[in-house]
Amino acid sequence: MPAEESYPADLKYHPEHDWARVEGDEAVLGITWFAQDALGELVHFEAPEAGSNLAKDEAYGEVESVKAVSDVVSPLSGEVLEVNQKAVDEPETVNEDPYGDGWLVRIRMSDPSEVDGLMNVEAYRAHVAEQ
Amino acid sequence: MAATLKRTPLFERHVALGARMVPFAGWEMPVQYEGVIPEHRAVRSDCGAFDVSHMGQIHVDGPTAQAFLQEMLSNDVDRVGDGEAQYTLLTNERGGIVDDLIVYRFAHGQFLLVVNASNRETDYEWLKEREPRGCEVRDASDEYALVAVQGPRSLERLGLPEAPAFTHAMGEVDGVEVLVCRTGYTGELGVELSCPAEDATALWDAVLARGAVPCGLGARDTLRLEVCYPLHGNDITPETDAISAGLGWACKLDTEFTGADGLRRIREEGPAEKLVAFVMEEKAIPRQDMAIEGGGRVTSGTHSPMLDQGIGMGYVPARSAAPGTGLVVDVRGKPRRGHIVQKPIYRKES
Repeated sequence: MPAEESYPADLKYHPEHDWARVEGDEAVLGITWFAQDALGELVHFEAPEAGSNLAKDEAYGEVESVKAVSDVVSPLSGEVLEVNQKAVDEPETVNEDPYGDGWLVRIRMSDPSEVDGLMNVEAYRAHVAEQ
Repeated sequence: MAATLKRTPLFERHVALGARMVPFAGWEMPVQYEGVIPEHRAVRSDCGAFDVSHMGQIHVDGPTAQAFLQEMLSNDVDRVGDGEAQYTLLTNERGGIVDDLIVYRFAHGQFLLVVNASNRETDYEWLKEREPRGCEVRDASDEYALVAVQGPRSLERLGLPEAPAFTHAMGEVDGVEVLVCRTGYTGELGVELSCPAEDATALWDAVLARGAVPCGLGARDTLRLEVCYPLHGNDITPETDAISAGLGWACKLDTEFTGADGLRRIREEGPAEKLVAFVMEEKAIPRQDMAIEGGGRVTSGTHSPMLDQGIGMGYVPARSAAPGTGLVVDVRGKPRRGHIVQKPIYRKES
């Protein structure tokens, strides 16, 4: 079942509808409820390789629904420590639980100060309301 | 200013059902309600309903109508009896495909052509310009709604009698009088129900009350591609011909029709390219206009909900068009492997 619309307060957001959960010098990344709803049921996550480097504001992967494909933009720079294999094997997990089981990658941040430039939940909600 | 999109008589129903509405061929149409995949599965396993009122309905009537259509259309209209229907092509002088359509024959020399929404004006003008004495071509599209009800349980759910494919008869669904056509675009048992536009909401409500799942254009596309029904504008166009597209069976080449000479020549010499069906071996989804290595191109591509893999159709050089042949699709810069399969891509296990 697709998830109900929600935007957790403990996450940081990127205007391209990606989120980051900062945990020390690491961060878990994913796409927001808004992004998965706009795409529809995901059928493919083209994931980066573990060990590859992500650059803030640049695409690091793709998510595809039956009808459309979209870049996944990284909110932060860093090295990929882990790819969520469940999102690769069962992409619908991203629709069902975009902030939990449907996370996409875990990274080690190369510049933790980038976090300060991301939106908090109030700013992101306002951004979604303008879409 | 953006052109105003047309709406079918069921527009308000779609909005009330929470459909996602998108522009399609000048119409504001539902692309999905609950989601493409559940809607697709409903049609394969039970019954789904599609508003296809955007499709064109062109009447061709009169004593010379049959002879006229025999000249205009690729298939053999003379073999269509009253109460029957036939898949056929409207062809240009070069044998290119102006449109693909279904022709329905009624008593007293009356014919109905159900044509693609995107080609309604083109087809009408094409025929009207060539209309002979003793025949009248009339665009009746706005007078009728069309609801496709498709799936193995469709007839049972609608309470309609079994009937052979490609036949039609007047019938009734919960008090709404409809033309019941045993045709469709999903590869499943099913009907297309035509009724006057003012009866559309009553028909739609009755069909849904009988348990049909509302389905959008998204599922319509994945369903037709799994069974390799071509989509005009993608897989077949005025620049492609029926022989290369594998639609020679819908061309009666021993009759005379527009472009028949060109098609006979292509059949004799063999087409340079063929429209093939393929499945991906790697996790990747082919999309329209992607290049196929060795000089081919994808004309339709999607993720198959039944096979859970990328599938598509495309033109490849005729020498490498045999089922089993490997191919490589350029998926946004990444080479992805697949292979050609016999059509249809999806076949129901019996």
